[in-house]
Amino acid sequence: MAAELADRMRERFSDVLVARDEVTIVVGLDDLHEVLTTLRDDPELSFDFLSSLTATDWPRQDPRFWVAYELRSMRARHRIRLKVGVSGSDPHIPSVTALFPTANWHEREVFDFYGIVFDGHPDLTRILLPDDWEGFPLRKDEELGGVNTRYHGAFIPPVDQRTTT
Amino acid sequence: MQGTPTDAPLRDPSGEIRQETMIINMGPQHPSTHGVLRLLLELDGETVITCKPIVGYLHTGIEKNTEYRTWMQGITYVTRADYLSPFFNELGYCLAVERLLGIEAPSRAQVIRVLFCELNRISSHLVWLATGGLELGAVSVMLYGFREREVLMDVFESVTGLRMNHAYIRIGGVIMDIDEDGVDKIRTFLRMMPGRIDEFESLLSENPIWVERNRGVGILSEADALSLGVTGPMLRAAGVPADLRKDMPYGGYETYDFDVPIRSEADAYARYIIRLDEMRQSMRIVEQCLERLERPGPVMVEDPKVRWPSQLEVGPDGIGNSEAYVRHIMEVSMEALIHHFKMVTQGVEVPPGEVYQAVESPRGELGFYVVSDGEHRPYRVKIRDPSFVNLQATPIMVEGSLIADAIASIASIDPVMGGVDR
Repeated sequence: MAAELADRMRERFSDVLVARDEVTIVVGLDDLHEVLTTLRDDPELSFDFLSSLTATDWPRQDPRFWVAYELRSMRARHRIRLKVGVSGSDPHIPSVTALFPTANWHEREVFDFYGIVFDGHPDLTRILLPDDWEGFPLRKDEELGGVNTRYHGAFIPPVDQRTTT
Repeated sequence: MQGTPTDAPLRDPSGEIRQETMIINMGPQHPSTHGVLRLLLELDGETVITCKPIVGYLHTGIEKNTEYRTWMQGITYVTRADYLSPFFNELGYCLAVERLLGIEAPSRAQVIRVLFCELNRISSHLVWLATGGLELGAVSVMLYGFREREVLMDVFESVTGLRMNHAYIRIGGVIMDIDEDGVDKIRTFLRMMPGRIDEFESLLSENPIWVERNRGVGILSEADALSLGVTGPMLRAAGVPADLRKDMPYGGYETYDFDVPIRSEADAYARYIIRLDEMRQSMRIVEQCLERLERPGPVMVEDPKVRWPSQLEVGPDGIGNSEAYVRHIMEVSMEALIHHFKMVTQGVEVPPGEVYQAVESPRGELGFYVVSDGEHRPYRVKIRDPSFVNLQATPIMVEGSLIADAIASIASIDPVMGGVDR
């Protein structure tokens, strides 16, 4: 099933990968909206549902970030993944909230964890971390924190030095 | 809280009576918000003008944590995300890792996985019924819901050793076979439960207060649901027959006989009917699982590079190494000890690649996007939790309705904040 979908994709897109029964299309930043619109509106494909949107961080590579869109078709019952590379020096990517309103919270989460800015997002603020949190914790080069939290200068003493009062 | 200051003039300069909206915070500590959900509400009298859900109070960094543990330890983290559906978290994660490894669990393990997922679906829906009932004043339903769930908790405890966060489903199968005692407990539950569901129906389905509070409340149309990524009972209550067990079967679901309940009213009452029906369908699946369990077989792959090295047994504090096994590695076989050490400290090595594996949890599409760079620990684990996505629909369901209906609407979403905030 994945192979057949991949063949149809190759007629339209240049960079199509198949692995483990999944089809992935790699597109450039500038083509993102156009490709997503095609995938959503083409009656043969009808990827009308954005399941998930997330990022991965590869600090030693270029592009540093890969944003992955998991699309699902409720009618045709197939899936596809779209991947877009984002540079590490100035991570910007167009928001897709206008195409898929569900992307709103997903994009806020990626912004929160990776610091990738989604241009055109209606309310790009942190979602799971406090508003005044510093840093982007899912980046691979973030310190783990451990004892020193970076929230309001709070310091969590080691277990053996904590008191219950 | 921003209200009318006491010295504010009653009339504005044009002589009209001042009309002000009030902004209130509902939550994060509020008994009817299902855990630490906070709603920022703008009210005009009792009518909600705007609603902004604010989440994150239960964020525990589960995704980041998995990047610093072995693949096997990852299970103990993901199972804690949506704490009302731990088996689904474990299953989604393990299926994803198994696809990266290119292995498949033995058929008996797959049956046990389906069995526990469906029992878990029932126990999760029971908590929804209990808490949702309590929020609308049906205290007896709360008691009944938790009473029935307790029977299932006993089943889970006797088989996996723990009531919640079992880490029972493992990469390559399940950690222990189900024993006769566990099967007996499930059979007792199956005999008891149909009558109890009928009881819920007779208590609620035509209860004027229940109907009044739920019918026509929290409407979310098909188009809105799809564009907002809503899945599970909420989407099926809007007339979309979307269920991953049927649409993109995993774990052998295509071989079971069951129906997917659909309604078209798209309101809180339709979601109530659907969840009750889903419990009945889950029991159908559980019965088929028990039939299949009569055939014995392995519950874990044979590959020593994947399977957990030790033999385990359920003790008073959960699952642990059996005494005989500990004696074997400590007194008899040095090679067994080395192998045990390597598997416990390093664990499975997963070839590089990425997969997205989704399972149908009680709340909808629970997806795991798992990336490996070929090391002994995950490079990235993203949990696409249905509660997180479904909560986005709150403003559409709540705005324009009475604040009391907001409670019923949120109860019908059935969000679990452990999954939302991860």
